Amino acid sequence: MALLEVSQLDVRFALRQGEVRALRDVSFTLERGERLGIVGESGAGKSVAAFSLLNLIAKPGFIAGGTITFDGQTLNTMSERGLRKVRGNRISMIFQDPMMTLNPVLSIGEQMVECLKAHRRISTKEARAIALDKLRQVQIPSPETRLDQYPHELSGGMRQRIIIAIALLLDPDIIIADEPTTALDVTIQAEIMALLLELCEQHNVGLILITHDLGVVSQVTQRILVMYAGRVIEQGSTREIINDPQHPYTQGLINALPQMATPGERLNQIRGSMPSLSNLPSGCAFHPRCDFINRADGQPRPACTQQVPAFVESGNCRVACHMVAEMLEDRRLKEESP
Amino acid sequence: MNAQAETLSVTSTPTQNEESSDSLLQIRGLKKRFSLSGDFLDQLRFKGGKLVRHQEYVHAINGVNLDIKRGEALCVVGESGCGKSTVARTVMGLITPSEGEIHYGGERIDHLSSRQLLPYRKRMQMIFQNPYASLNPRMTIQQTLEEPLRLHHPDWNQAKILDKVGDVMRSVGIDPDWGKRFGHEFSGGQRQRIAIARALAVDPEFIVADEPISALDVSIQAQVLNLLMDAQRDRNLTYLFITHDLAVVEHFGTRVAVMYLGTVCEVATTATLFAKPRHPYTQALLSAIPRLKDDRPQHIRLTGEVPTPVNLPSGCVFHGRCPYVNDRCKREIPALQTQDDGTRVACHAVEEGRL
Amino acid sequence: MTTSTTTTTPSRWKRLRDSYLWYSFKRDRTAQLCLAVFICLVIAAFSAPMLAPTDPYDLRHIDIMSSELPPFWIDGADERYSLGTDAQGRDLWSIILYGTRVSLLIGFGAVMLQALLGVTFGLMAGYLGGRVDAFLMRLADIQLSFSTLMVAIVVGAVVKATMGSAFYSQYAVLMLILIIGLAEWPQYARTVRASVLAEKNKEYVDAARVMGLRSKRIMFRHVLPNTLSPIFVISTVQIANAIISEAALSFLGLGMPETHPSLGSLIKSGFDYIQSGSWWITLIPGAVLVVLVLSINLLGDWLRDVMNPRLYKG
Repeated sequence: MALLEVSQLDVRFALRQGEVRALRDVSFTLERGERLGIVGESGAGKSVAAFSLLNLIAKPGFIAGGTITFDGQTLNTMSERGLRKVRGNRISMIFQDPMMTLNPVLSIGEQMVECLKAHRRISTKEARAIALDKLRQVQIPSPETRLDQYPHELSGGMRQRIIIAIALLLDPDIIIADEPTTALDVTIQAEIMALLLELCEQHNVGLILITHDLGVVSQVTQRILVMYAGRVIEQGSTREIINDPQHPYTQGLINALPQMATPGERLNQIRGSMPSLSNLPSGCAFHPRCDFINRADGQPRPACTQQVPAFVESGNCRVACHMVAEMLEDRRLKEESP
Repeated sequence: MNAQAETLSVTSTPTQNEESSDSLLQIRGLKKRFSLSGDFLDQLRFKGGKLVRHQEYVHAINGVNLDIKRGEALCVVGESGCGKSTVARTVMGLITPSEGEIHYGGERIDHLSSRQLLPYRKRMQMIFQNPYASLNPRMTIQQTLEEPLRLHHPDWNQAKILDKVGDVMRSVGIDPDWGKRFGHEFSGGQRQRIAIARALAVDPEFIVADEPISALDVSIQAQVLNLLMDAQRDRNLTYLFITHDLAVVEHFGTRVAVMYLGTVCEVATTATLFAKPRHPYTQALLSAIPRLKDDRPQHIRLTGEVPTPVNLPSGCVFHGRCPYVNDRCKREIPALQTQDDGTRVACHAVEEGRL
Repeated sequence: MTTSTTTTTPSRWKRLRDSYLWYSFKRDRTAQLCLAVFICLVIAAFSAPMLAPTDPYDLRHIDIMSSELPPFWIDGADERYSLGTDAQGRDLWSIILYGTRVSLLIGFGAVMLQALLGVTFGLMAGYLGGRVDAFLMRLADIQLSFSTLMVAIVVGAVVKATMGSAFYSQYAVLMLILIIGLAEWPQYARTVRASVLAEKNKEYVDAARVMGLRSKRIMFRHVLPNTLSPIFVISTVQIANAIISEAALSFLGLGMPETHPSLGSLIKSGFDYIQSGSWWITLIPGAVLVVLVLSINLLGDWLRDVMNPRLYKG
């Protein structure tokens, strides 16, 4: 059984316009030591997915259905007390803004010691030793002095390293990183991602990396989940999805990158924009922007506008697309007919 | 600190005079420092029993020389705090430079009053980074787009203005019927289209774009970038394009200027820069782009931290993080020097052939 | 997350009905009650000449023989005077209506003067910055270090000394508007300046500058409309404050004369008769004042919560 198993996760927000479904039917698994990327644009629900794993969804959001199983325990029905034992201890989180985790009035050392002592029965001295060791692991220069510094005395890149050290503090099984390098410069981003990758491999820690940056995902993760308008639309191995995306949206997303086009020529854009979750199109949520809603004979495929596509297996990937399903069906028929 | 600024100006101002004939915009020895010390009372300090005036500055740009040729897209790249946005805002007259000159079409414009600048406002326009902040939340789209036209064409009648607004909205892919709506009713990509329409409304020939796509989603970035390229082709525009995203530069730019800590360290045509980066910082920057196709990229790992622009390092601003540093780099500020292929690099190691 | 695919343009009324303001008003019973009370008081006060059974300013209606009559629920009440009469024999109900009108007039007037001065100075200080900012803000600091009371005493004394008491009484409403308006404008100036400083750095202001617009137009057309929310919020508080200031000044004898009483001077005029058992002359106008100020303050609290950008995520 997988370390983390999410099935049929359904998250809703009770807003004044009515109930908005932020996640629908989200299912995925994470093996021990596996690195998974959740990719999507803003409004796709990728951050909601990450927050709901630890039941951190704030009101007016709530988990309306589905199960999250971690190491045999069901997290979404667990008491707040039980969850606290998991949070930070066995699953830790890294946010985009380091100041979401760091308390500005406590020194780095105090925060790390406090975190350790909350989960383990150890002396302050032992805790400081562990903290120092973790700071060394994240390659912070002169870690001894850093312990007594305050967050505002450090640069953005340094803060994010501290956050990674805090995330590693209790030797977790999984780190959830929500856009960990979006606020950083390219050279610093490259350093932080390389560090995160190295540490995850070294300690056999699972990683769920939430990002909009396909380049980062392709370098760090083994598997990808592509999300659109609250649903998973494609999942599979990173290599396969990057090299041969099946879903028209994934294709569009990859082809829209400037590095995929000849310099000076127009980029392959996806038309339109992400629909609002409170006003989703019928059928496949992507159909108003999709270039493949017509069948080979030029007639529009009615299923695209009427039916939510189910997952079909295509190689090592699972894709939710009527067009792909139809192509696979045609191929199967052809193979059977002679 | 001020003494340092002096040496900088001596070394970097007289370096270039070529390629001025076909250039639309010339930036010469541009410097900008922002005071950190508050008003006069805050600046007074007691030092050794005496009351002295103490001032601290952020040196946002330190002697930038750039030429933008007619019809090209010059991309300025660099990391946050390198002064690229300050260059853009100084060119547009939003900030007055501390030193240096800016010439537009042969005329010096950096010291003009806002009234004298008015004819230039029609020729040069700007697109901003954040589409959520660049549209006045209390104005409808129609009002936003009419305003520049009414200002610059006081002789036009209502029908002509409406026509023009409709035209420019269609040209950026916004339905003219949406004019009565407010900015917040649109998505980020649509807002950026409207902001572009506002810049294009007065038919400028030169556009400064300050990170115009970095606040947008990937699929929307492509749309906006295409729109900017179409506009360049249709209207024969010249761009000064500020960005931190090298992948965009590679696609969009005619030439690239790489900035680090307020100085230009390399200027080259896009193809040359990506094929053969010279400056150690450019090399590190290029290796850091997350590419889709390579599994385990070889990043050039820089050591050290980016220094603050308050206390600039002596010599080359990059020397604290440079793998090829020697004593001269710590002492002497390198000037931009033209290479065989026209690339201009400010690096002692390149000059000495160590790199 | 906002997309707009429909092409119909919503009307102003529809916009209001879709707004967060309306939504939160619909759910807030306190705000609804306060607004209802406030509107009732305003309508009653300004239609005083029609509602009031007698005209308290008209000396012919005053009968000293019917002074200090109790309100209707107490023995000895006269049915002509539902809320009783004051020490001069004026109908208390009529005079409260007229008094509320005077109080509201001064409150609104003073706030309009404050807003005019404060918004202009605050806008200039925030947008132009530098020396203008330093000068105006020091002026505001100096102004704030004089209390309203001091300003009132000084202005009152000077006017009375130069123009005479009769002149002061004749133009008392204007005088009070002037005094309270001048004393409290820095509140506005500071609020406006703070929000102008926040707005000024936004890109739409840069865009307007790049367009070539002149400072005056940018200030009034672009920046000012975006600082309206805090101005609205502070206005409610300031109206309540101005009404209280006026009442306090009148109570001390520095405000409205007893021939044209405001709520404050009514309270004062009845104060001497509490000992003799005629408590209603003071307490009934007092209750009206409390209800009026409380309803405005509660409305202000609600408005502040709704318009707080940190809480408001539409």
